Amino acid sequence: MADRIIIDADGMPYRELNVRIREAVAAGTQVIDLHGVRGQRFIGNAVEGDVSINILGVPGQDLGAFMRGPHIRVQGNAQDGVGNTMDGGHIVIDGMAGDVLGYAMRDGSILVRGDVGYRVGIHMKSYLDRVPVIVVGGKAGDFLGEYMAGGVIVLLGMDTGKPEAPVAGRSLGTGMHGGVIYIRGEVPEHLLGPGLALSPLDEEDGAALARHVQAYADAFGKDAAEILGASFVKVHPRSHRPYGNMYVGTN
Amino acid sequence: MRSKPISQHFNDFVVERERARCIDCEVCVRQCSYGVHFWDEARKRVEHDSSKCVGCHRCAAMCPTDCLTIRRKPSDFRENALWTPAFIKNIYKQSDTGGVLLSGMGCPSPKPVYWDNMLLDASQVTNPSIDPLREPMELRTFLGGRPDRLVFEETPQGPKLQTEIGPQLQLEYPIMFAAMSFGAINYNLHEAMAKAATELGTFYNTGEGGLHPDLYPYGANTIVQVASGRFGVHKDYLNAGSAVEIKVGQGAKPGIGGHLPGEKIDEEVSRTRMVPKGSDAISPAPHHDIYSIEDLLQLICAIKEATQYRVPVSVKIAAVHNAPAIASGIVRAGADIVVIDGFRGGTGAAPTMIRDNVGIPIELALAAVDDRLRDEGIRNRASIVAAGGVRCSADVVKAIALGADAVYIGTAALIAVGCTLCGRCYTGKCPWGIATNESRLKKRQNPDEAARRLTNLVRAWGHEIQEMLGGMGLNSIESLRGNRDKLRGIGLGDTELDILGIKHAGR
Amino acid sequence: MKAPKDFWKFDKDIAGCGVFGVIDRKRNLIPGTMPIDAMCTMHDRGNGLGGGFAAYGIYPDRADDYAFHIMGDDAAALERAETYLAGLFDVHHAEPIPTRDVLTVKNPPLVRRYFLAPKAVRPQWQHMGESDYVVGAVMHVNTRIPGAFVFSSGKNMGTFKGVGYPEDIADFFRLDEYRAYMWTAHNRFPTNTPGWWGGAHPFTLLDWAIVHNGEISSYGINRRYLCEHDYECTLMTDTEVVAYLLDLMVRKHGLSKRMASWVFAPPFWDEVDRMPEEQRKAFTALRAVYGAALLNGPFAILVTDSRGMMGLNDRVKLRPLVVAEKDTMTFMSSEESSIREVCRDLDRVWAPKAGEPVIVELEA
Repeated sequence: MADRIIIDADGMPYRELNVRIREAVAAGTQVIDLHGVRGQRFIGNAVEGDVSINILGVPGQDLGAFMRGPHIRVQGNAQDGVGNTMDGGHIVIDGMAGDVLGYAMRDGSILVRGDVGYRVGIHMKSYLDRVPVIVVGGKAGDFLGEYMAGGVIVLLGMDTGKPEAPVAGRSLGTGMHGGVIYIRGEVPEHLLGPGLALSPLDEEDGAALARHVQAYADAFGKDAAEILGASFVKVHPRSHRPYGNMYVGTN
Repeated sequence: MRSKPISQHFNDFVVERERARCIDCEVCVRQCSYGVHFWDEARKRVEHDSSKCVGCHRCAAMCPTDCLTIRRKPSDFRENALWTPAFIKNIYKQSDTGGVLLSGMGCPSPKPVYWDNMLLDASQVTNPSIDPLREPMELRTFLGGRPDRLVFEETPQGPKLQTEIGPQLQLEYPIMFAAMSFGAINYNLHEAMAKAATELGTFYNTGEGGLHPDLYPYGANTIVQVASGRFGVHKDYLNAGSAVEIKVGQGAKPGIGGHLPGEKIDEEVSRTRMVPKGSDAISPAPHHDIYSIEDLLQLICAIKEATQYRVPVSVKIAAVHNAPAIASGIVRAGADIVVIDGFRGGTGAAPTMIRDNVGIPIELALAAVDDRLRDEGIRNRASIVAAGGVRCSADVVKAIALGADAVYIGTAALIAVGCTLCGRCYTGKCPWGIATNESRLKKRQNPDEAARRLTNLVRAWGHEIQEMLGGMGLNSIESLRGNRDKLRGIGLGDTELDILGIKHAGR
Repeated sequence: MKAPKDFWKFDKDIAGCGVFGVIDRKRNLIPGTMPIDAMCTMHDRGNGLGGGFAAYGIYPDRADDYAFHIMGDDAAALERAETYLAGLFDVHHAEPIPTRDVLTVKNPPLVRRYFLAPKAVRPQWQHMGESDYVVGAVMHVNTRIPGAFVFSSGKNMGTFKGVGYPEDIADFFRLDEYRAYMWTAHNRFPTNTPGWWGGAHPFTLLDWAIVHNGEISSYGINRRYLCEHDYECTLMTDTEVVAYLLDLMVRKHGLSKRMASWVFAPPFWDEVDRMPEEQRKAFTALRAVYGAALLNGPFAILVTDSRGMMGLNDRVKLRPLVVAEKDTMTFMSSEESSIREVCRDLDRVWAPKAGEPVIVELEA
């Protein structure tokens, strides 16, 4: 039983790599370093427990899917499907991430230093103290927080490779019926999905935001005060049942 | 009680009154315009003569105690697959009167309805379906002729169009209100359609009765029609709308002209159409300046000159056997829009024999016309609008998949404001206040309330169309138009599948 | 042209996939091992039923000839095709495409390549431009000569594809022996027509080669529209329409690739409504005229021709696409890891916006 092991993943097929990771977790390893990762899928998939996995390279699709508990840190960019239906744990990506990040997330957190792709935070859910959180240091594509039912998304728009682009894309928060999105700076109203409103933050919001920004700052060595020193706006739904009146019964 | 020949006892409906609930309030007496209900002085109560009932349900709808039911009178005749009661009764009527049978509304007989034999696709796994409530879904449609290619100058601000492109109608829904003449229906409905079309971002058609001056302000959402009777046609009229439609034919009565019975010509209609009150207003069968295709070209050009080429010109034909060839000729004659009206199309008055036996289904005609125009490489030169029996949003989707750019709804629009398809429009006694010009009846239609109902209908259909499009993995209606692959036939033979250009379900 | 009989009775395959492309703007030659290794990383995006590569700059000694790659069910089919082509073209050289036996590539068709130039005195189609003449010949072989298919018809470029994982197809065609300044590659997951070599990507016509990840839900109308413009879709795969639509819009109608990308992935109407007057007119006209060429459904496509490479996503970005640069090379791929596999260190990595093409031109 080792506290820390290194696995050289260079050229290793993902099934073999994931077996090795599970064996290490089962043996009680506390820190697993993966070197030479290039495209291996499903790393951390359904892994449960308080283990740390450090990834050097670019992990493949569905990193940390169904995961419950581990801490994953990626030194590099991630691809699509990060934290898919994640049930707890923490993923930190020191780079940018792809599309469909945090889909149906139920708990835990995902912190991304830079930009993320499209359809991030779709159908996040929360219940009592299980509140998933996504913090993005850069900008996001269309459909951020689509169908959101709970949880928190923080979008900073600061560490970005797209200086000309607006902080988020179109259909922002579309179908949102719970949860909240905090965005730093200006949000053009025409980007909002139907039935949503932009409001300033209240005290409770401010406290929550400060916590999440601090986590982001700690993860990437940034200055939390500098981040918080700009105005933020919150996106939230105007109704819990926006389409309640749309239907008429027939046989 | 009354002496009538035996041949007139076979009425279609009976009124059933629950005596215990009837409070003799006489609402039914006032509401019925056919004289069914009356105060019986001898019995001191409301009585009714079922032989006059046309099955319009107005009395039942208005009765405050809900004591009236209108039932089909069970057939007294022996079952006979050939001599159905309708044929028998028609002979009685004709031998009584020597008259030509006249009907209102579209052909009711049980000929195939192809909409009901086509099914739509949905995407799964290999292609995501799209949620139109939350993701973009585009129904915007343009009607008009277009070139095959365009030239652009690309500048730092973006592309600039160099090619001249002819005038287009912009529709926010691929649904317009069909031509129903002022006279066949009254001013209140026209005002309602004008308001609804404006609210929705689509168009309504004046029909062949001209345009009332009070409706000129809605010109941006009006298509003015020029029919063979040229009622109300003058240069201001031509320039009042956003498009001009030449009515060559109508699905309910291909080959014959329009007919507005004298009963329906009141002061306003007389003024707008410029015909004497009380006399029948006839539109001749052909336009008497169109006896050959080159004459149509001449009329289209004449109208374009009169409107200084500012508006698209549309030509409406009935769906008949040679529809594809006729449509091709119409497009080559310069029409920007071709409207095809199928044999189920509605009417205020048409000879029954013509209505029920002349013309072909819109589904087949539409598929054939779309194919012909594409085969000849001229599909871009004119938009196709389909009409004649579009009953619901699924019919609209199927029509577009067969090749239509948009549809006209007539009967559906009237049902939206209360019509019960009793088919007695030619009497001018419509108790719903629709197909009548009698002042006490027409005020039963409030234009704002009717406009609200029409707007509701099209909006609801719009949502449903978006759902069906999204289900097919499409987010833009251009990708449905003419995309026959989204349809499958069910219970259709090889020839029908070939004409429609669709495979059978399961293939 | 008039739709042929039973035009509506077609089968179309559905496929999921992975794509990769690399271009060296200064035309430095890249060995085939690079796209092959990149595709290996994306092995799981396919199911072994289709793989293919396009390579540009591989026939420098015969750069003026049209290099036809033809697959035939048997020698007789190839002979029929050859006889036909010899009637229209001077055949400067013909040879089998060099291949190796690969266990996992079963029952390959015969594959031959021909270096052709249109005859100076043409037996038919005298009025046509040279490109249309070549396209006519390709369409004829593909629709009227049973058992033979032209799967590449450009100059100084070639497509190599078939039924198998891309690395196995590359092995079969000995692509490790080739060097090209531009490559695209594709890994296919078909569901309908396994065993059909013609259905693999890339799809080509003249210099165009397309690899495509996604499904075109507007295929039915794209195909009909192309028929109106004399292109017959025979290869039972929706990607075919992309190649022909580009040939129509860019080569025949003179639209730029940028404008063509706006036909495939137009801005939404609410964005158009917010544009200045001139642009609003332009985009409205573009959709009104070319609506039947809109590509609906998820897609990431890589388009190459003799001028360069274009990558484009559908307008709601339902498929992944990552672009990266290193010195004179630009990479485009479904997954970043495949780029990193062949180039560890990158100058810049980004994901393009939905509906916005990334166009990289070869320097003259």
